[in-house]
Amino acid sequence: MGKFKKKTKTSENIPTSALPDIIFMLLFFFMVTTVLREQEILVEQKIPQATQLQKLQKKTLISYVYIGKPKNTALYGSEPRVQANDALLTPADIVQWVNRERDALPEADRGMITISMKVDKDVKMGPISDVQTELREADARRVLYASVGKVVNN
Amino acid sequence: MAKSKSRMSQEVNAGSMADIAFLLLIFFLVTTTIASDKGILNVLPPKLDPNNPPPEIDKNERNIFTILVNANDDLLVEGEYRESADGLDEDIKAFVLNFGAPDEDAQAIFNSLPQSLRAEARRDPESSDHPGEAVVSIKTNRGTSYEKYLEVFDLAKKAYFDIYAERVNLETAEYRALPGNDDAEKALIEKGKEGIPMAISIAEPDKIGS
Repeated sequence: MGKFKKKTKTSENIPTSALPDIIFMLLFFFMVTTVLREQEILVEQKIPQATQLQKLQKKTLISYVYIGKPKNTALYGSEPRVQANDALLTPADIVQWVNRERDALPEADRGMITISMKVDKDVKMGPISDVQTELREADARRVLYASVGKVVNN
Repeated sequence: MAKSKSRMSQEVNAGSMADIAFLLLIFFLVTTTIASDKGILNVLPPKLDPNNPPPEIDKNERNIFTILVNANDDLLVEGEYRESADGLDEDIKAFVLNFGAPDEDAQAIFNSLPQSLRAEARRDPESSDHPGEAVVSIKTNRGTSYEKYLEVFDLAKKAYFDIYAERVNLETAEYRALPGNDDAEKALIEKGKEGIPMAISIAEPDKIGS
């Protein structure tokens, strides 16, 4: 009996000092492996600055269009292109794309679809106007010119 | 005796580890900015119906504030050449609040304005009749840079937001950030806009020189 008692006394508590390390390792593992943006942007994106920015309330209504010079000029040329989802579109495809995006929304929100245009600074108005003409054609008329805040120095 | 003591306290005190983790967590919480969807909202005109052409609008020239931007990003504002867009917002504000020939409703709007905005009314017969009639027209070229276009559009919006905000006694940024979630906020937004529609017309870019 005496023998047993002595043995149980020696190793009663589990060492917990390694627990934070394990948690940290998990944290780092997920930090490293998480991918926030599943779509790769194929065009250059230097977003212009503006002051009168507005925030949209419902993020689900927003679909993104990226316009800019392709990063891979050897493959796609150096003229500005339009990217939606993860592929480059020609202006003629935009109506179809908008309709697909709209169908993905709940029925009550379909009229409120907003296209966020992320346009590179160096793009000229020509391609943008072409895209807008297509958006009018698709009746997706709410457009958000994505821009970042400008620091005003007085 | 001394040896056995040092063996007893071999375990590192891990109690403060959690604090360190929390500190890190809070630091990153504060410093991270999630890419938000901010931008300038624009509503495009409906598509053209070939069977039903848009009605011919006979607006007086004085009621239209024309801004032309050419392929070299030069501006022509109301027939005058400008190199930069600076100060355009003030000019648009003065144009909208000109009250050159207000009708009865417009006079009522004028009377409802705060003193600071009333002071803007120059009563110039060459400028807009009243805010309900005033239109800001922006016309670009296909070769105009998007950056310049956005700058001009931004300033036109700023002029209107400045007016709206001043009417409801808020800072422009505060007025713009009103989410309109409840009735009080909606009423505030409406009060700012009432009688002064944000009439910014964006003409189809022309193709010359692109």
